[in-house]
Amino acid sequence: MKHTLAVLVENKSGVLSRVASLFSRRGYNIDSLAVGVTEDPKTSRMTIVVDGDDHVLEQVTKQLNKLVDVIKVSDIGGDEAVERELALIKVTADVNARTEIIQIADIFRARIVDVAPKSMTIEVTGDEAKIQAIEKLLRQFGIKEMVRTGKIALVRGPKKV
Amino acid sequence: MTTGSTEKVNGARALIKCLEEEGVDTIFGYPGGQIIPFYNELYDSNLRHILVRHEQAAAHAADGYARATGKTGVCVSTSGPGATNLVTGIATAYMDSVPIVALTGQVPTFLIGNDAFQEADIKGITQPITKHNYLVQDVNELPRIVKEAFHIASTGRPGPVLIDLPKDVQNAEIDFYYPDKVELRGYKPTYKGNIQQIKRAAEEISKSCMPIIYAGGGVISSNASAELVELAETINAPVTTTLLGIGAIPTEHPLYVGMLGMHGSKYANYAIQESDLIIAVGARFDDRVTGKLESFAPNARVIHIDVDPAEISKNVKVQIPIVGDAKQVLKSLNRYIKRCNSGAWIEKIKQWKKEYPLTYKQMSPDVIMPQFVVEQISEACKDAIIVTEVGQHQMWAAQFFKYKKPRTFITSGGLGTMGYGFPAAIGAKVGRPDKTVVNIAGDGSFQMNSQELATAVQNDIPVVSVILNNGYLGMVRQWQELFYDRRYSHTFIKGSVDFVKLAEAYGALGLRAERPSEVRPAIEEAVNSGRPAVVEVIVECEANVYPMVPAGAAINEILDMEEHADTPCAMPDLRKATADRVLDLEEQ
Ligand SMILES: Cc1ncc(C[n+]2csc(CCOP(=O)(O)OP(=O)(O)O)c2C)c(N)n1
Ligand SMILES: [Mg+2]
Repeated sequence: MKHTLAVLVENKSGVLSRVASLFSRRGYNIDSLAVGVTEDPKTSRMTIVVDGDDHVLEQVTKQLNKLVDVIKVSDIGGDEAVERELALIKVTADVNARTEIIQIADIFRARIVDVAPKSMTIEVTGDEAKIQAIEKLLRQFGIKEMVRTGKIALVRGPKKV
Repeated sequence: MTTGSTEKVNGARALIKCLEEEGVDTIFGYPGGQIIPFYNELYDSNLRHILVRHEQAAAHAADGYARATGKTGVCVSTSGPGATNLVTGIATAYMDSVPIVALTGQVPTFLIGNDAFQEADIKGITQPITKHNYLVQDVNELPRIVKEAFHIASTGRPGPVLIDLPKDVQNAEIDFYYPDKVELRGYKPTYKGNIQQIKRAAEEISKSCMPIIYAGGGVISSNASAELVELAETINAPVTTTLLGIGAIPTEHPLYVGMLGMHGSKYANYAIQESDLIIAVGARFDDRVTGKLESFAPNARVIHIDVDPAEISKNVKVQIPIVGDAKQVLKSLNRYIKRCNSGAWIEKIKQWKKEYPLTYKQMSPDVIMPQFVVEQISEACKDAIIVTEVGQHQMWAAQFFKYKKPRTFITSGGLGTMGYGFPAAIGAKVGRPDKTVVNIAGDGSFQMNSQELATAVQNDIPVVSVILNNGYLGMVRQWQELFYDRRYSHTFIKGSVDFVKLAEAYGALGLRAERPSEVRPAIEEAVNSGRPAVVEVIVECEANVYPMVPAGAAINEILDMEEHADTPCAMPDLRKATADRVLDLEEQ
């Protein structure tokens, strides 16, 4: 089962490497990891999607908490969180294909961010399902390159993690 | 004390002032190019510095010092090879949760990342084997970092912390000010157990008829022995310990059933297997303890008291977890408990003790049995601190010495580091000069750090090493005998060196015992000499450690000496080949 962890950490060099090596050393699988500074410049927030049963999740959480630079770990998966990911998808697009690609982008409320004689780049934001859906539809044109940020998430409502 | 006032000094001097503020009086180290500024300031300071002969020994000595005293040990090395030489010692301390602070020199900040001469990324290298580590990039951060390092090393679940010190940082000027508080948002160990959980535990205990207390190194490191014994006596429950828990309760206490696990006593393993309640305190259900997990203590409910929440339910499912410091939790638990209905259970255990005593057989008339040597040390040095290397001798030291107090058995349990014992004994003796310190060693292990004889002699540290010389890497040979058809591949080391002459070459006292009657006098002479000493005891070469639970078996599936004690001669050709090699060596 997939879990989304919000991990508040000290905004210092070396923290990412501690977290990453903890996962590899203990044999936990990271699906995605996104990191950036928060509203407090001294704190960064990692959103880590990890695959595993409850026992694995419990161990991951406890081991993360043992790191001195980790301030807080919360499991925020499920309905009570807003989850987003951004993807950039570069597709092969000659003149004939363009209209159809633009239509698909419109339906997904995605944006065309670059156009060249033989390609288009689409920016799409959404949850995992949405990104998979648009990727599937664009595949018929030929995806040259794709990049994803990894998921970020916030709990709904006024509550903070 | 300089707290509160400021003074202009360089980073190296500041570091020494930090150490003084932390109450450090002794450090173990070895100099080199990138740590010279620190050593230059050390020259004028009152800190005692023990110059070792290999940085690994500095880390082990700091570790032995910490285990013997309960204080944080400190070791120092230069960058690159000096720092990497510390690694085994740091990993050893990490696995056994020992508080040490390691200080390493580093190339100047402007060269870091350039593959400069003697540059090694020691922060990266030690990340998985330290509780926390630092690279100091600005001298103004140094006091805060040192303060944090000592705090992190010694609180919660203790462990090693490393501080990497670039040379330019050591030379840079600072207005010295030592902070009196640490502020670490992400580090707040829990000491007091949850009172609701403690009450639940007390109730669970009151319902148990076959309880057992399973105590680990956490009891020693939190100084909770008295509380542990009180718990055992109040509820009337047997106590078993891990290797690192030895000393938490006196060996001869009527409720003690000895060590459990792979080389535990039969009755300890039977008792935990049949128990209906395990009260685990500061122990982590290591695989050497539980054997095959699926068949471990099938009927037992588990109360687990540990300061590290990550240890709870890691290996064994726990019904009542209590996160907190062993001493504080036991103190509070002891207020709610009463005697269990465990009379029949205690009787049963007494029977097991009679039926399956921890003992050994004299394999041939004049040979010195290694277990006998440990018994002799136990009688000759009743209040000694025993330190060990790793191998069969380590297990015999655990089984046959009668420990009376905590912090008197010091051994590398988690990592099992050969070469640990001698430098750790030096550290222990430096920390406890009032105590006799005996390193029970193997002939293989002793050779891994025998150069420290020079350290002991130069600094006048009278540690006695008793080498149980069986001519083998005995523990590996035992596995080869039992599980690899006696194919003794590369475990034969007899004739490596004359240990008596080796000791003498360093200016230490060297003695040898070749007959049982010579053992006791040699030990006494060494202890009474007041000098660093080596006693080489020629012991039966194929004695085995029993009882033994083969790796991966259930812990009540026990091999005992009955099945094996008389078999060494069953392979005469191999015995002969061994003997021939010995002769060859002796002729050379
Ligand atoms: C540094 C290190 N290398 C290898 C081992 C594997 N090992 C464990 S016990 C042992 C043999 C130890 O021999 P010795 O010190 O003579 O002790 P004995 O078992 O003979 O009493 C070995 C090689 C180890 N524990 N540590
Ligand atoms: Mg040996």
